Amino acid sequence: MQDYYEIRWHGRGGQGAITAAKILAQAAYLEGYQGVTAAPSFGAERRGAPVSASTRIATQTIMVVSQVETPNVVVVLDHTLLKYDEVTSGLVRGGWLIVNSWRHPKELALGGDFNIATADATRVCSSLGLIVAGLTVVNTAILGAFIRATEAVSMASIEKAIRERFSNSEVDINLAAITQTYEITKLEKIK
Amino acid sequence: MARKASIWILDGNRAAAQGVKLSRVQVIAAYPITPQSPVTEKLSEFVEGKELDAQYIAVESEHSALAVCTSASMVGARTFTATSSHGLAYMHEMLHWAAGARLPLVLACVNRAIGAPWNVLNDQQDSISQRDTGWIQIYARNNQEIIDSIIQAYKIAESIYVPVMVCYDGYVLSHTEMPVDVPAQEDVDRFLPPYKPHTILDPANPKNYNLVTLANPRVNAEGVLCHGYMELRYLLQEALQNSRETITTVGREFGELFGRSYANMFWENRLDDADVVIVAMGSLAMEAMVAADILREAGHKVGVLGLRVFRPFPKADVAKALKKSRLVVVFDKNISYGLEGATCSEIKSALYGNSVRAVIRNFIVGLGGRDVKARELVDAVNKSLLSLKEGDLNEEYPEWICAI
Repeated sequence: MQDYYEIRWHGRGGQGAITAAKILAQAAYLEGYQGVTAAPSFGAERRGAPVSASTRIATQTIMVVSQVETPNVVVVLDHTLLKYDEVTSGLVRGGWLIVNSWRHPKELALGGDFNIATADATRVCSSLGLIVAGLTVVNTAILGAFIRATEAVSMASIEKAIRERFSNSEVDINLAAITQTYEITKLEKIK
Repeated sequence: MARKASIWILDGNRAAAQGVKLSRVQVIAAYPITPQSPVTEKLSEFVEGKELDAQYIAVESEHSALAVCTSASMVGARTFTATSSHGLAYMHEMLHWAAGARLPLVLACVNRAIGAPWNVLNDQQDSISQRDTGWIQIYARNNQEIIDSIIQAYKIAESIYVPVMVCYDGYVLSHTEMPVDVPAQEDVDRFLPPYKPHTILDPANPKNYNLVTLANPRVNAEGVLCHGYMELRYLLQEALQNSRETITTVGREFGELFGRSYANMFWENRLDDADVVIVAMGSLAMEAMVAADILREAGHKVGVLGLRVFRPFPKADVAKALKKSRLVVVFDKNISYGLEGATCSEIKSALYGNSVRAVIRNFIVGLGGRDVKARELVDAVNKSLLSLKEGDLNEEYPEWICAI
């Protein structure tokens, strides 16, 4: 168990980045981490506009309340956001960039000194019918890629968190999305 | 790992709403404003779902919200309201009224900057601007302290008939989830007895209440000599002066029952051997502990004094806690324009006549949601240490951590 994770989420308003940040915090607490926090980026959020959120996970109580500056994991729910420098800003050497993309990590050609994981969570969600108001909701699915890449929390803890947060009718489809995305995640580690 | 089922992952607003529910509040009147809105939403759900046996009164403004709470308190109900920023400013008149009428209201202020220009993010200018309204002010460092402070606030308020404002940082706490131990209802019931009003307005027993009161004491129609306005003001000041005992006793009792003690007016972190002390209030006192860790690693003896109760201000306790310090660095998320940060002024006032010779530096930080990072606090302390070394001791006005 790594002592401390700082995870930053990037998505577009409506994709559920903030919810994902919260589910992960809850799962990490269930996993046994004493300190967990989850926060939106502070301010106004609009549907479709870039949004971010953060999750901190630690074996000790978390004292830091300022915003994440040097994440060791960045999760991107919409690959078109990669064109913005702030998405990978501060990502530590050897950390993980996790992207919802049909491309192989190598094809992203980002050339940073971090590991990259990709998974086509959008395709998983559209084939499962995980669509709300016309948008595929990839926030839970991408958790599959997150646990595959980082191994920070177990699938069992994620499942517990999903069961606590969602109504019975929503649980199965979200768990299926997570499991399927976990399976198709491609990892590319730096040497 | 042993885990108590009572731990929930909650943001500050939901922690506040849970505290209100557990306190069995009877009347809620509030007007939504960012970042307070989720408190009102959650409470109206509780009332609607019959989880909380209370009247939720929809109002058209914050002024009315506090007027409703004031009136409801006068007819014997335990009340709650919450607001932020412009909403609190709009309540200003009724804040004075509630305290003057000695009504034990509890209000949650989700700290937010005030316009112009518009800003919905965090600083503490809103509640600091209401410093002189006669309310007790308690600031929370994290979401656990929000729920705990709201429950204690009712006991404090109803013991001494002074209203209590529980303040917590907008977004930084209100919208950030973290583990919170939610007390059991039966334990809160044991801790907090039902509200006993000092006076009840009742149509069956008509009387005047808070009628025009002249400057001097005066004999009423029954021949009883009644206080003048000034005596009533003296009694309010006396109640706040003496409230330290109630606040710390209630905090100690809370600790005995729930395992989290609030027996001090402020939080002390490594003050025992510290000769440099960082002072901060609210969530910033958490970040300050991270800064202190970094400074300790660099060999400095740094401690943190996290202000919890701002009114009444614990002058004697603060002077005692700062006795051994040679440098006190005060960070304020507010500014008393033309002077300095409000908590810095209080610290200076506390040290007057107490033979504490510490140099005091004040930094204004985090206004309008500007992020305040531990490394910035570290830089400010290092800068202050350097000026101490160079004998450059007097700064008339505070420094600002901003781009100017």
